[in-house]
Amino acid sequence: MIKFDAVSKRYPNGTTAVDDLSLDLPEGGVTVLVGSSGCGKTTTLRMVNRMVEPTSGTISVGGRDILEADAAELRRGIGYVIQQSGLFPHRTILDNIATVPLLLGWGRRKARARAAELLELVGLPTDAGKRYPHQLSGGQQQRVGVARALAADPPVLLMDEPFGAVDPVVRTQLQNELLRLQEELRKTVVFVTHDIDEAVRLGDRIAVFRTGGRLVQCAEPAELLARPADDFVADFLGAERGLKLLSLTTLAEVPYAPGQAIRADEPVDKISRDGARWRLVTSPRGEPLGWLDTDTLPSGGTAGEARLEAVRALRDTDSLLSALNEAVSSPAAAVARVTADGILTGLTSRDAIHERAGRSHAEAGRAAATKETAPDAPATKNATLRKTAPTAERPA
Amino acid sequence: MLELLKNLASWLTSPAQWSGPEGIATRVLEHLEYSVLATLAAAVIALPIGLLIGHTGRGAFLAVNLSSFGRALPTVGLVTLVFLAGGLSVWPVYVSLVALAVPVIITNTYAGMAAVDPEVKDAAKGVGLRGRQILWQVELPLALPLIMTGVRLATVQVVATATIAAYVSFGGLGRYVFDGLAQRDLVQVLGGAALVAVLAVAADLALGGLTRLLFRGRPAAAR
Amino acid sequence: MTIEWGWFPDHADEMTRLTADHLATAVPAVLLGLLIALPLAVLAHRVRPLRGFVLGASNILYTIPSLAFFVLLLPITGLTRTTAIVGLTAYTLVVLVRNTVEGLDAVPVKAREASKAMGTKPLRTLLTVELPLALPVIMAGVRVATVMSISLVSVASYIGYGGLGQLFTDGFQRNYPTPVIAGVILTLLLALVADALLVTVQWLCTPWRRGTSRQRTSKLWKRA
Repeated sequence: MIKFDAVSKRYPNGTTAVDDLSLDLPEGGVTVLVGSSGCGKTTTLRMVNRMVEPTSGTISVGGRDILEADAAELRRGIGYVIQQSGLFPHRTILDNIATVPLLLGWGRRKARARAAELLELVGLPTDAGKRYPHQLSGGQQQRVGVARALAADPPVLLMDEPFGAVDPVVRTQLQNELLRLQEELRKTVVFVTHDIDEAVRLGDRIAVFRTGGRLVQCAEPAELLARPADDFVADFLGAERGLKLLSLTTLAEVPYAPGQAIRADEPVDKISRDGARWRLVTSPRGEPLGWLDTDTLPSGGTAGEARLEAVRALRDTDSLLSALNEAVSSPAAAVARVTADGILTGLTSRDAIHERAGRSHAEAGRAAATKETAPDAPATKNATLRKTAPTAERPA
Repeated sequence: MLELLKNLASWLTSPAQWSGPEGIATRVLEHLEYSVLATLAAAVIALPIGLLIGHTGRGAFLAVNLSSFGRALPTVGLVTLVFLAGGLSVWPVYVSLVALAVPVIITNTYAGMAAVDPEVKDAAKGVGLRGRQILWQVELPLALPLIMTGVRLATVQVVATATIAAYVSFGGLGRYVFDGLAQRDLVQVLGGAALVAVLAVAADLALGGLTRLLFRGRPAAAR
Repeated sequence: MTIEWGWFPDHADEMTRLTADHLATAVPAVLLGLLIALPLAVLAHRVRPLRGFVLGASNILYTIPSLAFFVLLLPITGLTRTTAIVGLTAYTLVVLVRNTVEGLDAVPVKAREASKAMGTKPLRTLLTVELPLALPVIMAGVRVATVMSISLVSVASYIGYGGLGQLFTDGFQRNYPTPVIAGVILTLLLALVADALLVTVQWLCTPWRRGTSRQRTSKLWKRA
């Protein structure tokens, strides 16, 4: 969809922002460009909509050389989201979102209607449309920024550290929102960040840049984490890259044993003292409530009234990393597994999770190795948290 | 001092003083005519220059230092010079007043344009606005409050300085000041001065009201 | 209009004398203005209700025609240099007060808080943190006030203390443009030299700002 061919950007003062970049971004996937500041990732992004003109090389979007198109026309066909949202402070939210449709000559009524539609899509209330940007919170402004970029339904979305200026809680919300939108819209997204966790969370592919504008490695997150190309990438991924890898694997394939749970309304004197010391108590519907210590049972009352240790039940879509975390903190050395509705399905032991975690690591490494030797072979990919999968894959 | 104020009050309120071709009403209108025409001419000259400098970013040094130059230019000297060069006409008045107002408007227009958040301009370009569209749809509306401040400042200065018309034998409220000086009539001088001050403040308030009207409904942060 | 170049060398002494005379009025006016404006601005900055009053009053002073202001002072201070100086001081106030208030407003809250948190007394904070940080904006005001004063001194020629402005009256009365041109040029030069001097002073007084503002501006433009 977006193709960089031997692209370089040098400034008159001698600095090289991007150095001989060749990269092919598949249609419908999220490619995250990461690297420390000054590594050329933002320049790379900005060259796609000609906010920066390359010194040499060619860039094509949808098979068309971008230098052949009129710059303004090109930009209207590419969504652009920046940090601090860059909203027009003198225009209402609705008018901000309607900017590109109006530029494209849609007519005021149609553009407004489309803007209202997008407001809903990005999860903002309808009455926000009449407000001005500064009356919204940072997170809301960022949503408007995304809505404005999506207004004319462009196939490509460029996002330059869009969530860099909001607090971690809101950032996670916005990331989830983006994943949800992406599942629905399947845009080709280029996303710049310096936050490797954000990259792993959002990216179908991650391109790591190093100072001087050189692309070091471009791979799927699992492959990148399992087999960093060199020490630079390994350093950049950090000491917890093994754990980050686990965050990409879901619990779906991890087996569970039917657990013997105690209903909350069961009187404590009916509970047998045989078997495991820690037992899971569930609501009458089957939702886990907490762990009950059978060694210190109270003399009377029901199981639900006794003191329970907290439990965080996990769904199949939760990551292996969160399972590991729960297994470590659970007094029963096991995690409770539930359906999407939160009804208990069974228990998985800490050992089973450890075993799966170790295997997951080895698999990721093997998958990466296979791809290196046979580039065209279909990748054997773990079940990942990613909701969208790249439609085409090429080695970096 | 009290005597002086009493005389001043009776000078300002005497009906005879207000009517006739040399009455206050006529002088106020003359003063307004010089001021309004000069400010308008200055705006017509200065606004395009300020907008161009602000939009392109070229000549910023000029824009910043022009106001300094404008302030340094002694108006009395300028009006005398143009008078001596061109003879008895209203030109010296307009040339000096326009020369006074142009730098103020250029500098403020440029300052307004420069104060527009670069992120907003970047976003405007990034979503596909062309140069001229950025100027008219984004930069100008955002710079307008500071531009209006410049026009207000210029207007106040022009109104206060339009007294020099009388220096080269024209009308306006400066007549009272210069005639009073010649006749050693302090009351007349003070009356003229007070009227000029009132006119300047009124012009400032009127433009302030216009600005508020223009930005009605716009949030304070975007003003 | 012809300029008689021969006039210049013949009147070198007169021009020097008038320039000195010019400065003798303009410089004290700015200094007096600062002396009045600084406490006034600090007061207006600290006591919110006073702010509108102080700024409004200095604004109105600005609208009175300069000539009338000198005349108004005549009964009080007479035909003296004091009249010229006090008149000009009134004009410098509007710029000096406003810029000082704005400068103090622009001091980062964090710097002020940090000083307070370290146990500095308010007056010391004002002198060692707030005023230095407000200095660039205050100096901008001083520059404007100085240039304005130098330009306005000529108005005081009606009361005999116009400095280079005497050349305008002289030329006007004798219908002779050369001294007028000389007066305009010398006034401009004097103002620009004074401005340049103040820029240098500011550069020397604010070492922490060196080499930043220009870089920031150029970056700004590159992005735009």
